[in-house]
Order: sequence, then structure tokens, then C-alpha cells
Amino acid sequence: MKSRALWGIALAVGMAGAAGAAERGPVTYAADINFAEDGSVAESLTGKPGNPENGAQVLAQKKIGNCIACHQVTALKDYPFHGEIGPSLDGVGSRYSEAQLRGILVDAKKTFEGSMMPSFFKTGGFIRPGIGFTGKPAKEPLPPLLTAEQIEDAVAFLMTLKDE
Amino acid sequence: MRRKAFATAALVALGLAGPLSADPVDDKLIVNGETELVTHTKAPDYIDGLDEIWSGWAFRAAETRAIEADDFDNPGMIFVEDAEAVWNRVEGGAGKSCASCHGDPSSMKGVRTVMPKYNEKAGDLWSLEDYINDCRVNRMQAEAWGWNDKDMVNMTALISVQSRGMPMNVAIDGPAKPYWEKGREMYYTRTGQLELSCANCHEDHYGDMIRADHLSQGQINGFPTYRLKNAKLNSIHARFKGCVRDTRAATYKPGSPEFHALELYVASRGNGLSVEGVAVRN
Ligand code: HEC
Ligand code: HEC
Ligand code: HEC
Repeated sequence: MKSRALWGIALAVGMAGAAGAAERGPVTYAADINFAEDGSVAESLTGKPGNPENGAQVLAQKKIGNCIACHQVTALKDYPFHGEIGPSLDGVGSRYSEAQLRGILVDAKKTFEGSMMPSFFKTGGFIRPGIGFTGKPAKEPLPPLLTAEQIEDAVAFLMTLKDE
Repeated sequence: MRRKAFATAALVALGLAGPLSADPVDDKLIVNGETELVTHTKAPDYIDGLDEIWSGWAFRAAETRAIEADDFDNPGMIFVEDAEAVWNRVEGGAGKSCASCHGDPSSMKGVRTVMPKYNEKAGDLWSLEDYINDCRVNRMQAEAWGWNDKDMVNMTALISVQSRGMPMNVAIDGPAKPYWEKGREMYYTRTGQLELSCANCHEDHYGDMIRADHLSQGQINGFPTYRLKNAKLNSIHARFKGCVRDTRAATYKPGSPEFHALELYVASRGNGLSVEGVAVRN
């Protein structure tokens, strides 16, 4: 799966000049971010701890993070329709550090090269960005998919998902 | 797809497997108890990312699959009847109907299997819609239909039904080649703020659930499709537009050069699948 995703990117970049369809600006984020080598982000984006209850909403609600569109999460089983694009998030709080989870939420592609997971704090460097789901062209920088606070809340919630 | 076995096992263990049906169903689609359609076959060898190709039919729920198997139950066939009336209706300055020149709609047998195709005279890639409008404007002296006008989409359905059961067989070489290559590039380009390509969903993850949706290969052999969601026939380009929009991207217009190229490429991924002639989808 990965190799294919990478090939797709290579193709898009390689042909960008030819067709002009794949032009993109520089990659930007909603704030200055220091990624470590492994893609993790040590510092809180808000300077304070997140709220795990709000974080559960970020994962479950279609209009916010809509994480369960792609992930199964047993703790959120009251919300219907969990997808199976990414791995189950059960136990992620034991598998990853807080800094790693923050890094995955800010820009998952820094941790998992070519990942299908969206880059939730990214504001620029997209191909044909649109205004939300209207299909109309948008000017970068875009508002990020999640705010700093929503990311910290989601990280706090993910940290509660420990192996039993 | 690679992850699927694992994900399904995990869901079974959790007792959540009930409503989630991960795999396409290897069932037979026999319309009206007589016409057997190919809904699953070997992928064309120029498609690197797939070994097998599946009609979107195989990913739908049993009830939806059953509706397509019977023309009396298939609400899409009502629109085909509407188009039959339009086929015989005289319109425009030349005082002609489609029937004046083409006779019975059955004269359109096979036409859908090779669309879109390169048109020598126009020097461009033409979809079925372009051929229809060419006849309306230049042969009937009638007004062109909009790409997604009801009459246009219904007419493409009437024409598609004539090829029901025949394999899709678009040409990708010769003058069609540059269009095909452009379409392929689009298929693998990750667009919009969600940075998703067609391939992310329809090649790497067909068979998987994305929220409540069971991902198919995004094939177009069944188009135009009757969707339970909007209770009408939907054109290929309208479907493309919806999928591009859902990546939070700026879409292309139905009938645009980009969607023509994408249509050719996507059609070629389904070469070998039967024309369904009004598929039913959710
Ligand atoms: C479009 C699908 C998609 C969406 C939406 C999505 N993810 Fe992911 N996520 C993935 C995939 C695929 C992976 C696996 C990493 C890779 O690409 O190899 C992943 C990996 C992860 C991981 C690492 C899990 C592990 O066990 O390795 C975490 C944590 C995660 N996602 C959290 C989230 C959260 C929180 C959200 C919502 C804010 C979210 N994801 C939204 C697709 C998605
Ligand atoms: C005045 C005669 C005339 C009328 C009226 C007419 N057509 Fe045509 N049509 C033609 C001719 C001639 C061709 C073949 C053009 C060619 O091959 O270059 C054609 C080609 C087509 C094709 C392409 C077939 C193929 O194999 O590529 C389609 C589809 C079509 N017509 C549909 C229609 C429809 C639908 C109507 C009514 C809305 C219509 N036509 C009305 C004469 C007509
Ligand atoms: C985020 C995932 C996603 C992306 C990206 C995506 N689609 Fe889809 N597409 C869907 C879903 C969900 C459906 C409805 C269920 C199904 O048939 O897969 C669908 C349906 C379709 C269908 C209808 C299939 C049928 O049998 O009726 C076509 C055609 C299609 N997509 C083409 C495309 C093309 C072309 C692209 C790229 C421009 C694309 N899709 C990008 C999710 C996606």
C-alpha cells in the first residue's frame, strides 16, 4: 500500500510541469512547528494540557476531526460507523508518546511517509485546494483542519487509550 | 487492502463485524433472469495497481443489488422510458428527431462500450454527451443540452442500455494516448486539503469501509447510475465532481477537458466489465 502511495506522489511531482495540474506552493502550518527526526512534536501547541472529553468529540464528530471515518476506536463505540482505512486506535496511548501523537496529528506524513491520513495542522502546499467542501478554489493559507486547541484535546484523549 | 484481513479480524473479535461487509460479493448479476453481466474479471495489463476489477455493484448491499437485477424494480428504467419519448420527438429547425436518422434506439448497440473516443473531425476526445449534442446542434438545429440536464443524462442511459452485457472496450492508444496519460496522472494526484487521490480510496482501499461507505473501485461501467440518495440518474462527470469536492479540492466542470481525460482513463480501468445500462447505487 505504501509503495503505491509513494509512486502516486512521484508521478504527480514528476509530471507537474507537463500538465500544470499539480502545482503547489510552499508547505506551511498554522504556527511554527519543530518536528523531531521521527516526526514527533514535543511542545504543546497551546502551552497547556488538552481536555480529553473534548478530544473524544474531535475524533467522533464528522464536522470536526472525523477520525473514526478511517479508524476503529472501541471507547467511541456509541458513535456509529467506524472505518477501516487506518489501524484501530485502541491502545495508542501505550504505543506512542504524547510528542509522537502530537506529531501524527500535526502532519502524519512526517511520521508515516506518504500516509493517507490528512495533515490536520497544515495550511499550505496543497494541489488545487478548495473552500471546505464547496468545490470552489481557495487561496492559501487555508484555516487548518483542526485548531491548536482541538489537536491538544485529541492528543489528551488518545493518551487515555491504554492497553488493558 | 493489505490491512483488511487484520482489520476485519479485529472487528470480529470485538463483535462489531455484523453490518460491515468488507469484501466485494462474488455474486452473479443476471438482469431479468436472462442477461448475465460480467461484474468481476481480470484487470487489463496496463493497470499496474489492480489484479482484478470489480463493478461497483459487488460492493452494494443485497437489497440494492437485487433492485438492479430486475428492470421492473429498477427506478432508473423509468428515465430510460422518458428518453425513448425524447428519441422520437421532433425538435429544432431541421424538423427531425433522433429516430429520423437513427431509427430504433437499438441502432446504438455497442456505442457505449467505446466511449469516450477520439473524434478525427473534431480533433479531440469526445464523450457520448458530445456526440449527442453534435447531432442536436449540427444535424437537428436544436439547442445543445447541458452536460447534466435531465434529458441529456436520460439519453445517455437509453443509449447505454443498448450495450447492456457487452464489455467496456475503450481505446487508449493512437490519438487517445495523450488523453489517457493525462487522466492517469490525475488519478494518482493527491488533491485538496485532504490530499487524497482517486487511487488512495479506489485502488488502495477498495473493499474497506470509510465511515459508513463501502469503497468500490470507482468503476464507470454502470453509468449513468440511479442513486437511491438523490432518486435520479447521475452522469459520470457529476460523480467525479462529487469525489473531487470531497477531498476539499477545487473541482473541474462537467464536460471540461480534464474530466474527459479522467473519464477515458477510468473507463480503461474497467475494460472487460459489462456495460450495466442503468446501475443502481446508494
Ligand atoms: C483518511 C483516513 C484517515 C483519517 C481521516 C485519519 N487517519 Fe489516522 N491514520 C490513517 C492511516 C492510513 C494510518 C496508518 C499510518 C500509515 O499511513 O501507515 C493512520 C495512523 C494513525 C495513528 C497511528 C496509529 C498506530 O497504531 O500506528 C494515529 C494515532 C492516528 N492515525 C490518529 C488519527 C486521529 C486522531 C485522526 C483524526 C483527527 C485521524 N487519525 C484521522 C488514516 C486516517
Ligand atoms: C439528421 C440526422 C441525424 C439526427 C437527427 C441525429 N443524428 Fe446522431 N448521428 C448522425 C450521423 C450521420 C452520425 C454519424 C457521425 C459520424 O460517424 O461521423 C451520428 C452519430 C451519432 C452518435 C455517435 C455514434 C457512434 O457510433 O459514434 C450518437 C451517440 C448519436 N448520433 C445520437 C443521436 C441522438 C441521441 C440524436 C437525437 C437527439 C441524434 N443522434 C440525432 C445523424 C443524426
Ligand atoms: C475519500 C475517498 C474517495 C476519493 C479520494 C475518491 N472517491 Fe470516488 N467514491 C468514494 C465513495 C465513498 C464512493 C461511494 C461508494 C463507492 O462506490 O466506492 C465513491 C464512488 C465513486 C464512483 C461511483 C462508482 C459506482 O459504481 O457507481 C466513481 C466513478 C468514483 N467514485 C470515481 C472517483 C474518481 C475518478 C476519483 C478521483 C478524482 C475519486 N472517486 C476519488 C470515495 C472516494
